[in-house]
Amino acid sequence: MLLDGAWTMSPSVSIRPEPFGALAYHFGTRRLTFLKSREMVSVVTGLAACATVREALAKAGVPQTQWSVFLQALEALADGGMIERRADLAAA
Amino acid sequence: MTTVHDRPTASVPSRPRGGSLVQQFEYGLDAPICLTWELTYACNLACIHCLSSSGKRDPRELSTEQCEAVIDQLQAMQVFYVNIGGGEPTIRPDFWHLLEYAVSHQVGVKFSTNGVRITPERARFLASTDYVDVQVSLDGATADVNDRVRGEGSFDMAIRALENLSAAGFADAKISVVVTRENVDQLDLFKALADRHGATLRLTRLRPSGRGADVWDELHPTASQQRTLYEWLLRAGENVLTGDSFFHLAGFGESLPGLNLCGAGRVVCLIDPVGDVYACPFAIHDQFHAGNVLSPGGFGAVWKDSELFADLRSPQTSGACTKCEFFDSCRGGCMAAKFFTGLPLDGPDPECVQGYSEPALLQIGRTIPAAGQDHSRSARRPTGPTPLEIAPPSGPPVHACAESPLAGFTVPRP
Ligand code: SF4
Ligand code: SF4
Repeated sequence: MLLDGAWTMSPSVSIRPEPFGALAYHFGTRRLTFLKSREMVSVVTGLAACATVREALAKAGVPQTQWSVFLQALEALADGGMIERRADLAAA
Repeated sequence: MTTVHDRPTASVPSRPRGGSLVQQFEYGLDAPICLTWELTYACNLACIHCLSSSGKRDPRELSTEQCEAVIDQLQAMQVFYVNIGGGEPTIRPDFWHLLEYAVSHQVGVKFSTNGVRITPERARFLASTDYVDVQVSLDGATADVNDRVRGEGSFDMAIRALENLSAAGFADAKISVVVTRENVDQLDLFKALADRHGATLRLTRLRPSGRGADVWDELHPTASQQRTLYEWLLRAGENVLTGDSFFHLAGFGESLPGLNLCGAGRVVCLIDPVGDVYACPFAIHDQFHAGNVLSPGGFGAVWKDSELFADLRSPQTSGACTKCEFFDSCRGGCMAAKFFTGLPLDGPDPECVQGYSEPALLQIGRTIPAAGQDHSRSARRPTGPTPLEIAPPSGPPVHACAESPLAGFTVPRP
């Protein structure tokens, strides 16, 4: 996943806060996924309002040293359709 | 025996930070992820192993308005879907209304049925809705094996429902099978049957709950069948749903996919037809009763504040099991199975594959707790060890929504 891409949470996904982070449920695929930290929750829910993934990571306060781990997790969420590329800046 | 209430609660351990999901689940979630809601005790069948001893409607069953209020609350709590069962839920006159009500309130529905009301027309309606999953119960891959347990004609009824669903274009129905001594040799046949109907196979464990207690001794798979099942799951179990049914088989060596944890009161619970909330659909008994949805605060308050649930939301003591090398994946097995076979909750599962529960099961005077409720239409068979012989089912056949609380649930990779 490119740091400069523009992404958003899928409109079919609901997020439910939990003590360890959050549950994300995709109503279309019926997939339940666990976001295992508060930062991850902030990144995912923040994507839509940020121009890029980089901005969402920074805004959620994720230290740069952890970005690669977060990118991997975002990749997995993208594979499962939990987050989607945003049309407005799709080419970025 | 040790009960959940007897456990020391003086120092309630607090939730660890980080750690595995199973560890997090041990401490419970803010709302269930596997909520079973039995809408009615009424049923057109009379399966001999029915976990909820269904048959007759209970006059106190929740009204349409009360059910809607429960759904509103589930929506507010973000319970993303419910597993609806019974009895036979589709014979409630307001079933289709409640289904639409739930779906339009962001509460997806998976419902279990014996197929009685899945007409071509209903099948088309179901195919046109999003967020609805249908699970047809079948306990034999052939009519003779199935009908012995579920009653005359029930095999044909289920197959007709599956055919109607696939003809209507309903994708991916589930065929839900309770694995018994009689059908464990038919696993390949079940798989083929599911494939033929474009359906997914779901296998669940026979638990000694409800009328299941009456037949458990003679119907639960033998020790060698447990191994057959375990090997089959390892070999062919990919794309077969099992939920939390078989984690006790981890004692054979390898842990199986699915959730390896008793989720009762932590991520699992049951709302019964009269609104009573229990820790698990297989644990309908006073001892696991947490409250009622009609009390002030409704379901949300029960889930959050019940003392029983608070008690269950901590690592449980596991007695002899802790010394077992397979404890990490088996965790002593199923609480309900222990309880309803009269075994201590902090010891091995009655089907412990290492054989550690055998002495206790053979003990004379093992007391089997009386059922919490009984809505059977005819007299139940006496509980307790029965001779190893399959008696023909007594009384009219009925359904069992063989609910496994976590069937269908997969833990995604982090
Ligand atoms: S079925 Fe057994 S293992 Fe599963 S939640 Fe209920 S008591 Fe626990
Ligand atoms: S002793 Fe307990 S943990 Fe070990 S296999 Fe038996 S039930 Fe499972």
